[in-house]
Amino acid sequence: MTRQRPIKAVLAKPGLDGHDRGAHVLTLGLRDAGMEVIYLGIRTTAELIVQAAIEEDADVVALSCLSGAHEYHFPRVAELLKEAGMADVLLIGGGVIPAEDVPLLQAAGFKAIFGPGTTIQEIAAFIYEHVRE
Amino acid sequence: MKKPYDSDDEAIRCAQQTWQKECLEPELSVTGEWTNRFETYSGIPVQRVYTPSDTDNMHYTRDLGFPGQFPFARGDSATMYRGAPPRIYAYSGCPTAEQTNARYKHLLAQGAKELIIAPDLPTQIGYDSDHPMAKGEVSKIGCPINSLADVEVIFEGIPLDKVFVGAQANANSVVMLAMIIAAGEKQGVSLEQMKVLVQNDVLKEYFARGTQIFPPKAGLKLSVDCMEFAAKRHLKFIVPILYCGYHIREAGGSAVHEIAFTLSNAAAYVQEFVNRGLSVDELPLPRSLFVAGLDLFEEVAKHRAFRRMWARMLKERFGAINPRVLAMTLTCGSQASLFTAQQPRNNLVRGTIQALVQVLSGAKATYIATMDEALSIPTEESATLALRTMQIVHNECGLLGTADPLGGSYYLESLTSELEQRAMKLFDEIEAMGGAVAAIEQGYQIGQIAKEAYRQSALVGSGDRTVVGVNKFQMNETIPIEITRVDRKEEARQVEKVRCLRAKRNCAAVEKGLEQVRLAARMGTNVMEPVLQAVGAYATMGEVCDALREVYGEYR
Repeated sequence: MTRQRPIKAVLAKPGLDGHDRGAHVLTLGLRDAGMEVIYLGIRTTAELIVQAAIEEDADVVALSCLSGAHEYHFPRVAELLKEAGMADVLLIGGGVIPAEDVPLLQAAGFKAIFGPGTTIQEIAAFIYEHVRE
Repeated sequence: MKKPYDSDDEAIRCAQQTWQKECLEPELSVTGEWTNRFETYSGIPVQRVYTPSDTDNMHYTRDLGFPGQFPFARGDSATMYRGAPPRIYAYSGCPTAEQTNARYKHLLAQGAKELIIAPDLPTQIGYDSDHPMAKGEVSKIGCPINSLADVEVIFEGIPLDKVFVGAQANANSVVMLAMIIAAGEKQGVSLEQMKVLVQNDVLKEYFARGTQIFPPKAGLKLSVDCMEFAAKRHLKFIVPILYCGYHIREAGGSAVHEIAFTLSNAAAYVQEFVNRGLSVDELPLPRSLFVAGLDLFEEVAKHRAFRRMWARMLKERFGAINPRVLAMTLTCGSQASLFTAQQPRNNLVRGTIQALVQVLSGAKATYIATMDEALSIPTEESATLALRTMQIVHNECGLLGTADPLGGSYYLESLTSELEQRAMKLFDEIEAMGGAVAAIEQGYQIGQIAKEAYRQSALVGSGDRTVVGVNKFQMNETIPIEITRVDRKEEARQVEKVRCLRAKRNCAAVEKGLEQVRLAARMGTNVMEPVLQAVGAYATMGEVCDALREVYGEYR
């Protein structure tokens, strides 16, 4: 089956971290890879992210956090997505995230966690491979 | 360049033509070149060789001069490192005030000269530890500072008339400066003797770092409040603003963006300063902060270009004549985004080269990131290693005897001029938009930086730029080094602490102080005095920022 529309990704930085170089680069990179990307900007709340995912009927929700607060914010977004009946959205994350946290985030519903040094091509390829049809 | 060399331009051109024909072309036809992309980190094309002809338009006395003399390209002081070696500063903040104090004492004992507090994110954005927006963020990237009580603990046993201290504070800089001053007064140090720095360059937050609280115009006003306070009180050891390119670069900008946007922001602060009826020659001693990247020549050229651009702007546009105001003193940090999570010990080598860049650039205060930068906040071991790296470069490499040792290199001088020209073109574009604040409101800088960050990322992605251990020379690794983790229970302890503080202080004095802050903000007068009163009564960071939010509104 071919897709009726381009993959739609909602990108956000939950919490207070303002380092959004990665988010900007990913926004431009995924667009070049043929996706529609809505970047919500810095300092977003879990509620706002999930609301945007619903309104946009997102295929992908991608979170970035470099402050270490991923351990609080990431699982919260996953939880609210499930509550909203959006468990089938492809949820991915990135930032400065210790390797030992990855299994916890995967258990919470994250399909992948991308660390420093990941290329856009790797992320785009992962999305194309794992997104719902 | 007129004219340290005895060969004349025509002779050089002839010789170069002969060289091309007889030497270069035969070699090219046999070996070729391994890439067709020779350019600086910021994308400036690099020639095969530079000669005096490439510096033809440069006049030695006009464009370089001597260190400590206009236009300060070769240094901000006449003696440079013969007067004093570069000062090592420590940018550090641990999960509690007590741990931060202990870390500072360790770093001072190991030779650090300046201590800059890294506060946690809620502090930087003006939220107390118990604010709903602070959840999950308390103590994560630095030390929570809820009130004067925390600052007292951080500097316990560290005399503020002897040790130069400061804080990463921008949108909340008036509050942070007031808290440090109040802590100094509690130590019995007079305001005139205090050595304090606040970063206070709020404009770059709106497009490069993201800890803004208030709308840009209000942010600018509060930043200049700190500058005015220091100028009017003649506080010569207080650095009320650090003009920052560092974060512009780390957000993804090029070296050109770094110096162009910094100068454009600086123009806005200086203009607001003189608009208040102060003389430009009373401007607090200028100090700026840039990164040391790894493209050695471009980085050194950038620092020299900025000293020259600043001096020219202050003289030509603002009419400054005070040499102390025309001379920009450089602080130089580390382009930590070049530090990799992969093979993290390699970052020690990157740090060494950055430390070299800092000294060759004439930076007076230096800091390099730690090898675990891409993984966590530094361990004590990694912080000590960074310190030792700078100490080796400063003490063992014979770099301190002469000013601007690379000056006169055809390549370096050509790059210095090229960077200045490109930056001034961008600067003029922003001026044409109405200046830095107008450009921020139109999203100009953020768009420029994002585009450049994408270009940089694509270079690494395609392999056109090699990053050792990331896109070339990779290895299979297990968890390679020890990293720091913040205890999850710390947040609850900080919440408890700030609630206790609120319960035991004099509430009437706090409320009175906050009312004065609101009043000054509404009247448009300088808020520093009332903020000093409020924090002296232990009003919290969040409360003072809330009082200002009531007047100015918020900006995300």
